[in-house]
Amino acid sequence: MISEAIPSLIHAVPMAVPMDDTWITFDVNSLAENFWSSTFDGLTFGAIYALVALGYTLVYGVLNLINFAHSEVFIVGCYGVFFTLSALNFGPSAPHLPFWAIVGNLLLALVVAVIASALTAVIVERVAYKPLRRRKAPRLAFLITAIGVSFAIQYLIYWWRGPSPEAALTMFRPTPIFDVFGTIVDSQQLVIIIAAVILMVATDQFIRRSKTGRGIRAVAQDPDTATLMGVNKEKIILTTFAIGGLLAGAAALFYVMKIPSGVQYNGGFILGVKAFAAAVLGGIGNVRGALLGGLLIGLIGNYGQVLLGSSQWTDVVAFVVLVLVLVVRPDGILGTSLGKSKA
Amino acid sequence: MSTTEGPTLIPDSAAAQAMADREAKGRRRRGWFPGLGDKWNALPRHIQWLWLMVVVVIAYLLPILNPPFITTEPGNNWQIALAQMSVYALVAVGLNVVVGYAGLLDLGYVAFFAVGSYTAAMFTSPDSPYLHIPYLWTLPLAMAITMFFGVLLGVPTLRLRGDYLAIVTLGFGEIVRILATIIPAMKGQVGFQNVGHPPGTDANGDPIFLNSNGTPWYWLTLTVIIIVLLLAGNLERSRVGRAWIAIREDEDAAEIMGVPTFKYKVWAFAIGASVGGLSGALFAGQVGFVNNQKFDIATSILFLAAVVLGGTGNKVGAILGGSLVAYIPLRFTSIAEFKYLIFGVALVLIMIFRSAGLLPARQRLLAYGRLAYNKLKEPPMSRRVQVTTDGGKEAGDE
Repeated sequence: MISEAIPSLIHAVPMAVPMDDTWITFDVNSLAENFWSSTFDGLTFGAIYALVALGYTLVYGVLNLINFAHSEVFIVGCYGVFFTLSALNFGPSAPHLPFWAIVGNLLLALVVAVIASALTAVIVERVAYKPLRRRKAPRLAFLITAIGVSFAIQYLIYWWRGPSPEAALTMFRPTPIFDVFGTIVDSQQLVIIIAAVILMVATDQFIRRSKTGRGIRAVAQDPDTATLMGVNKEKIILTTFAIGGLLAGAAALFYVMKIPSGVQYNGGFILGVKAFAAAVLGGIGNVRGALLGGLLIGLIGNYGQVLLGSSQWTDVVAFVVLVLVLVVRPDGILGTSLGKSKA
Repeated sequence: MSTTEGPTLIPDSAAAQAMADREAKGRRRRGWFPGLGDKWNALPRHIQWLWLMVVVVIAYLLPILNPPFITTEPGNNWQIALAQMSVYALVAVGLNVVVGYAGLLDLGYVAFFAVGSYTAAMFTSPDSPYLHIPYLWTLPLAMAITMFFGVLLGVPTLRLRGDYLAIVTLGFGEIVRILATIIPAMKGQVGFQNVGHPPGTDANGDPIFLNSNGTPWYWLTLTVIIIVLLLAGNLERSRVGRAWIAIREDEDAAEIMGVPTFKYKVWAFAIGASVGGLSGALFAGQVGFVNNQKFDIATSILFLAAVVLGGTGNKVGAILGGSLVAYIPLRFTSIAEFKYLIFGVALVLIMIFRSAGLLPARQRLLAYGRLAYNKLKEPPMSRRVQVTTDGGKEAGDE
């Protein structure tokens, strides 16, 4: 019953299945027992959140806008991965493939997802937000448009693919690589965490060192002055959306790897809220903050679900963290400004 | 905050303001019913009331009249459709207080609706093991409980910029549904059957308020809407309402002018929440069954679409928008399946092309205030105005 209600959003952690009458526990023993496994799992999810959070943070930094449509940018990437894998004849159980074939397939899926997501992000910017900017619409109009776009894309997918999640396609069998404190780290977790960290470091360096990155920071700090200094504001905004989409596409690949059954029209929605919570936790507009916040949200969510005894608590815990951060430290851990970050 | 927002620096502010006033006064082509608002405002008070009475009587007669063309397609009972429309209209009126008056984006309004529904269900349904009270008492109780939740959610977030509220409410909307699934007392998908209804029996001894009969529910909700409208109208014209509009237009300026913005934002949020709870309780009574499947975030966006469609900040528009959002899928069954897609796209299109909605709110309230002020001080002050104007021009030329 429970899993039927929200099929795609559950992080399957089998040890945390509650009995019927114990809907909430406070099981410190369970947490102690599963500490390392939930840490690695949490870091994996955290890496995905962090990649999505970067998209929120960059757009927020530049436009001061919560881009609600970013969760749909992400889910379009998931569909990109799904269709690539279907085209490559992947099934529910992973085939035995040589190492290089796996890497090739992953890269192909990554490229498709990245292109799909980045295109979606750019189209959303041009079709929905740019006309508003030209009209100097109030903030509320931007937010309402953002949620409208998010909703429209969701139900466009719904109309096209129906309400049920797509068939689960697995790319490769996670093989144990090494174990830490008696907990096995598998290849899947390792690939996701390493790839995500590489992407995040690359983004960080791009924002800090490249010319475009300097442009992004300049526009975030003061759009008008940046324009006067010869920065093409519209181009920078478009680039920002494209980078956000690109990272969301990469996150989509990792998400489908981790939760193959998560490809669904509204599958990105809660993940989007959590990624935004991660961005706020780290300090919105702050690229390194998004990384830190994402990993923390992943960890806290996973510890929370083990402690409280049901995987559904993950979302509740993430939400409570968001509210607490807003109460205690609305600037987040690392502080909020994309513009102020040093080169 | 970037410098692109907020008021732009105009060298001659007095002249610009006069221009804006003239524009606001002379603007005729706003709205799809041009001039109607002005004509309406020109009518004497008692004639206005007379017309309103006619409209109200027609509204009450709607379930009996069952007008052709307007009536719903076969398979959708017209009376029940009316009851649903009225609930949506009430929701839109409540959400309009938050979004329209105070300019706060509440994307989880369905959560308050859900809390209201669950309040009505858990205190009246025989499926619930708890204390049972008469249905009508659950209406104020639902308002009180949702108001409590509104304050609980509003206090931490409303101190910050408005856009954080959007994401927090969005999360809250989903969390309430998840909690309804997890917490056994709320019975997840099984839900509560036979939610209570107001007392009263007809000549045959059957209860008047049946789930299958929409008419009495429609009348009840319509009455509630009228009461809420009167109260909301009074609020709108009071100090509170002026504070809300000031906050909506420019929060920083309002704060500097001494408006306690945080306090009034919490008020708007809590009042909106309580109306949401009230409509939820009415909805639960009419449908008679509450479970966790009815309160997804999509419904929340539908509510927002209702307010935006009708005209943000206009309570009559909110009623129109709310009724339309409920009515269109029932009237045109063939497109009912795509209603979320349609209203999602509608939200974007309205924001880009017609941000005022079907019935634009009277934005000229502020301009009107300035006009009145200028008129009062004009004869003796005209020279001084001239002087400041010149001063402004000089400053601008430098």
